[in-house]
Amino acid sequence: MPVAVYTDGWWAATVTEPLLKVEGLNKRFGAVVASRNLSLDILQGETHALIGPNGAGKSTALAQLAGALRPDAGRIEFAGRDITVLPGHRRARLGLARSFQVTSIFDAFSVEDNVALAAQAHDGHSFRFWLPARRDRRLRRQARSLLARLGLLPQAEVCAGTLAHGEKRQLEVAMALAGRPRLLMLDEPMAGMGSGGTLRMTRLIRELKREVTILLVEHDMDAVFALADRVSVLVYGECIATGTPEQIRRDPLVRRAYLGQG
Amino acid sequence: MVSATRERRILWVTLLLLTTLPGFAQLLGEPYLVSLFSRILIYGLAAASLDLMLGYGGMVSFGHAAFFGIGAYVVAILAFHSAEGSAVPLLGLAGTESALLAWPAAALAAGLAAALIGAVCLRTGGIQFIMITLAFAQMLFYLFVSLSAYGGEDGLSMWDRSRLAGLDLGDDTVFYYVCLTLLVAFLVLARRLVNARFGMVIQGARQNEARMQALGFPIYRYKLVCFALAGTGAGLAGALIANQTEFVSPGLMHWTRSGQILVMVILGGMGTLFGPVLGAAALLLMEEVLSMYTEYWMVYLGPMLILVVLFARRGVYGWLVGGDRD
Repeated sequence: MPVAVYTDGWWAATVTEPLLKVEGLNKRFGAVVASRNLSLDILQGETHALIGPNGAGKSTALAQLAGALRPDAGRIEFAGRDITVLPGHRRARLGLARSFQVTSIFDAFSVEDNVALAAQAHDGHSFRFWLPARRDRRLRRQARSLLARLGLLPQAEVCAGTLAHGEKRQLEVAMALAGRPRLLMLDEPMAGMGSGGTLRMTRLIRELKREVTILLVEHDMDAVFALADRVSVLVYGECIATGTPEQIRRDPLVRRAYLGQG
Repeated sequence: MVSATRERRILWVTLLLLTTLPGFAQLLGEPYLVSLFSRILIYGLAAASLDLMLGYGGMVSFGHAAFFGIGAYVVAILAFHSAEGSAVPLLGLAGTESALLAWPAAALAAGLAAALIGAVCLRTGGIQFIMITLAFAQMLFYLFVSLSAYGGEDGLSMWDRSRLAGLDLGDDTVFYYVCLTLLVAFLVLARRLVNARFGMVIQGARQNEARMQALGFPIYRYKLVCFALAGTGAGLAGALIANQTEFVSPGLMHWTRSGQILVMVILGGMGTLFGPVLGAAALLLMEEVLSMYTEYWMVYLGPMLILVVLFARRGVYGWLVGGDRD
């Protein structure tokens, strides 16, 4: 399939080097091709949405970017550094944070513990055996300020497993934000949320996009077109188009492959 | 949430009872109780060390007795060479009967073995982890069965207990208090550890490993250190059991022994550190009492264990403290 890449727009003038550069990523599971020659540029400061029908390989692509899966071929560069074979925890330390499609938090910990642990990951090694972590002022202060930001402060002492679904999704974002990431990868942050929750999450991401580069994998098209500066469309593991929401909406290939069906 | 005061009260009451136990035993004219409770304290230490990796780190090891056995053998072998006046093979050092040398050596050897075995086992997870820890423990079991220089299957007797400056460890009451002191010290250290940053990482890994990786924690390293520390604790317990019985045998590291320690942890309450000590007490006392009436005392133990697993998720400890902390 021919690939359409639109290069005009404000970012082309303001930005030179992409923050994340993906080249020719390939990943297959037996006969199933999850990523086919996937190339993608995420520019510094943009909010880049990754859309595509179910099974297009969005989550697999994200897993490879985060380091949870090793690609069969291809190259991933983050901030000018080749991270293709770097383990996930090292990427996280470089500033590549993610949230999960299926809520992934520490159920037995309090909400505050969850975020404090996330902050701890970016505060040197954790081979510290003596001082109580829950009374660590630096970690607690960071945790509370993030919780305040996400409106979760009233629930700080609550056991995270007992939060409502929407609140768990917010907690996920709070954890990803700890340690001030350079790239925030959100895997369907609105999944399973009601319209109220979706609205709240949209508002939150709109606020975040001013300070951090975001890669947004999302099904909710209203949210994508409201938030994204650029959109990439994935079909059968391949990126068939990248452009502004307007360009993507008008692209005949995308319409045929994806939007037209939906 | 559990009331912290109730938890603390139980701890202090237990400590008080344990401290005064030798006195009571004398009053009752049952000096045997002192050595029975020494055993309970020693197994409590082994169980608490397993709880460190099981209850907090979520690593279900079915081979913890291996480190217990290594600790015991180190003490016995060092004493053996000291009595014989020969050098310890491989190391070329003289043996020793000094507790200050032999016991730390036992703990260190067990910790080192745990680090090596853990480095392999932690490449796996879930059922495979259980099986591979079991396999390593059985390998060590057969290794010691085949060591005929140290008694092989028949085990190795010690002439005497270790020597500790100024204390007569041969006296059961003195030995009891040494065990109690070491157990309390271990529990205090372990308690600090699980609440420190290291402990948060270990507990996070138990709950959600993928999330820990994504947050930036190289969890393999942390789990390995936790595994090694648990092995060290078991090694110290092994050093004590060798002294208590003045005899070691491969049976100390048989898989049924690992199972027994595992049962103590579950019975007492996983992830409580102190619970497994209660579990050790419950199991050994039950064994003591029931075996007076019937040889088939395990018939009663089985159903009891099932009931605990079904109804008291935090075991004896959870039942004592009340509430459900999770």
